Amino acid sequence: MTAQTVIFYAFAAILVFAALRVITSRNPVHSALWLVLSFFSSAGVWMLLHAEFLAIALVLVYVGAVMVLFLFVVMMLDVNFDKMREGFRGYIPVGATVGLLILVEMALVLIGGYLPAGATPSPGQTGPGYSNTSALGRQIYTDYAFPFEIAAVILLVAIIAAIALTHRTRRETKYQNPNEQVKVSRADRLRIIDMPLEKKE
Amino acid sequence: MPSVATLAFDYVPALPEIVLLVSACAVLMIDLFVPEPRRHVSYWLTLLSVAATASAILYVFHNTPVRTFGNMFVADAFGDVLNFLTCLTVILMLVYSRGYLAARGLFRGETFVLAMFALLGMMVMISANHFLTLYLGLELMSLSLYALVALHRESGTAVEAAMKYFVLGALASGLLLYGMSMIYGATGTLEINRVTTIIFGGHANRTILIFGLVFVVSAIAFKLGAVPYHMWVPDVYQGAPTAITLFIGTAPEFAAFAFMTRMLVGSLAAVAFDWQGMLIVLSLLSMIVGNVIAISQSNVKRMLAYSAIANMGFMLMGFLAANVNGYSAAMFYVVTYVMSSLAGFGLVLLLSRAGFEAENLDDFKGLNQRSPWYAFLMLLAMFSLAGVPPTVGFYAKFAVIEAAVDVGLVWLAVVAVLASLIGAFYYVRIVKLMYFDDPVDKAPLAARSDMQVLLSLNGLSLLFFGIFPQQLMGMCVVALTRSY
Repeated sequence: MTAQTVIFYAFAAILVFAALRVITSRNPVHSALWLVLSFFSSAGVWMLLHAEFLAIALVLVYVGAVMVLFLFVVMMLDVNFDKMREGFRGYIPVGATVGLLILVEMALVLIGGYLPAGATPSPGQTGPGYSNTSALGRQIYTDYAFPFEIAAVILLVAIIAAIALTHRTRRETKYQNPNEQVKVSRADRLRIIDMPLEKKE
Repeated sequence: MPSVATLAFDYVPALPEIVLLVSACAVLMIDLFVPEPRRHVSYWLTLLSVAATASAILYVFHNTPVRTFGNMFVADAFGDVLNFLTCLTVILMLVYSRGYLAARGLFRGETFVLAMFALLGMMVMISANHFLTLYLGLELMSLSLYALVALHRESGTAVEAAMKYFVLGALASGLLLYGMSMIYGATGTLEINRVTTIIFGGHANRTILIFGLVFVVSAIAFKLGAVPYHMWVPDVYQGAPTAITLFIGTAPEFAAFAFMTRMLVGSLAAVAFDWQGMLIVLSLLSMIVGNVIAISQSNVKRMLAYSAIANMGFMLMGFLAANVNGYSAAMFYVVTYVMSSLAGFGLVLLLSRAGFEAENLDDFKGLNQRSPWYAFLMLLAMFSLAGVPPTVGFYAKFAVIEAAVDVGLVWLAVVAVLASLIGAFYYVRIVKLMYFDDPVDKAPLAARSDMQVLLSLNGLSLLFFGIFPQQLMGMCVVALTRSY
């Protein structure tokens, strides 16, 4: 067993364990943290496959940005997850049966036929000057230019949709109108009452 | 180091898509500077953009397939015909829904822009020659549609419908991606025509291929709304604002049909025997479940949703014949279904007004007394959906049944005839309500003149193509034979 294999199994084991903990842990913040760990482990597996750029992007984008945002949302929204879990047990028998059936069926189909060893050759060794990032960039901006453009349009649609669905004037919204604010005069805010002096006792 | 490749693609085949994308972005910007009372400027610009796209399709029309963008994009007669029809459908949808949208505060730039982006997604799907572009086109279309459904945020049902559509749509996308990755594992390529070559060459892992096929067919069935993947259809049709229901129920059918043809005929024709069996199940269930459940609906939109499910079952019956006859019968079916559905939903939109949704069967009572012409148009739409001669729906049903009988599936054809007999009940019930009952709602029917003209043409075309179906059928056959 080479060092690479050992590292692979270590990362894979941590990944599976962390993924399980994401769905089993009761505290949503813990779930999010376990998800960070599982992203990190899968980044390690990708690194073993010579996909350095993807591994780094996964850590930077998902762990660094998406999950941090997610944690903020979980903490700020203060969703009562215990209430959401109510009745969960009632679904376990049906859910487990269906899940198990699907698993068995898929296993029956795939036993022996599932991509035997050698079906997908390993990526092979690359020279010291080889840059995964530039190779990927060259692919994306040449051969995959068309899907890349479409993906950009999808992001544009996401922005339009998010703004159209959330940002609009609602009757119940409280907001300040600076135009009105600067026109305020002292008389609108301050009332001077004439009070008789009181004698000290 | 390899030299930097240039982006010297042939852009002309994609001219319609480019025109649409550029004008959608332009409308998005211009709309910001259009004051609220002059919103119709954006509306007319949108119509102009879609019309320009349609003319660009006619301008670049391809008699032989042309592939560009590194084989990711294909422009062929099949794609051009479907793209053109999709543009036409979107134009009709915009004209029909103007009054409805304006009465509900949805006559906004975002609605138009999202509709254009949904159209772009459909066109990308229709012209895809690569699994990646198929998937991205699907996502572009679906995301825009989810947002369009949710745009009417004051309505609780619309938001609920959007949520259901989104969650189930995401599940279907997951199935599709899983299936595609399996096919990639079996063949080693994502290019549609290379997948065929590799399977025919016998270099594919068959077990994995069929395993992937199951997921791909499930995803297609979801998009078509075929039973047992139909659960979202009635809820979304009912919950969405009627104008958006009209959109969801028409143009995406073309895209879904193209998606199915590109996947199953374009790349997986070698395993046609395997998907034929799956489609038989889907078709059979859709025809029976759709037609039987539609009977018990009192909501017109929900009834039309089950009618859509049943009609997709009929379409699949033609498609599963797996020969040119069957594919062209199925294509003809989709085209005529969309035409009938446009007319049907157009009239539902016409009956609705500010603060009133015409969505119950009772709202159609006595339509003949209120307006004999609209009642006649609705009669044509219902007869066409039911398959009553001389409307075009009859010929469409006849063609798909003939295709199924030709490949020896007589029992399926018998079930189809029985199912359409059951289905005739709920279509004819609307006709009965319109002609033999007294109106409950006596409000005058008002529609803009452009909508009146287009709706009348739409309704009369059902009759025209029913009497002279050869031209339309010939177009479907030519489009398919020149492309596959």
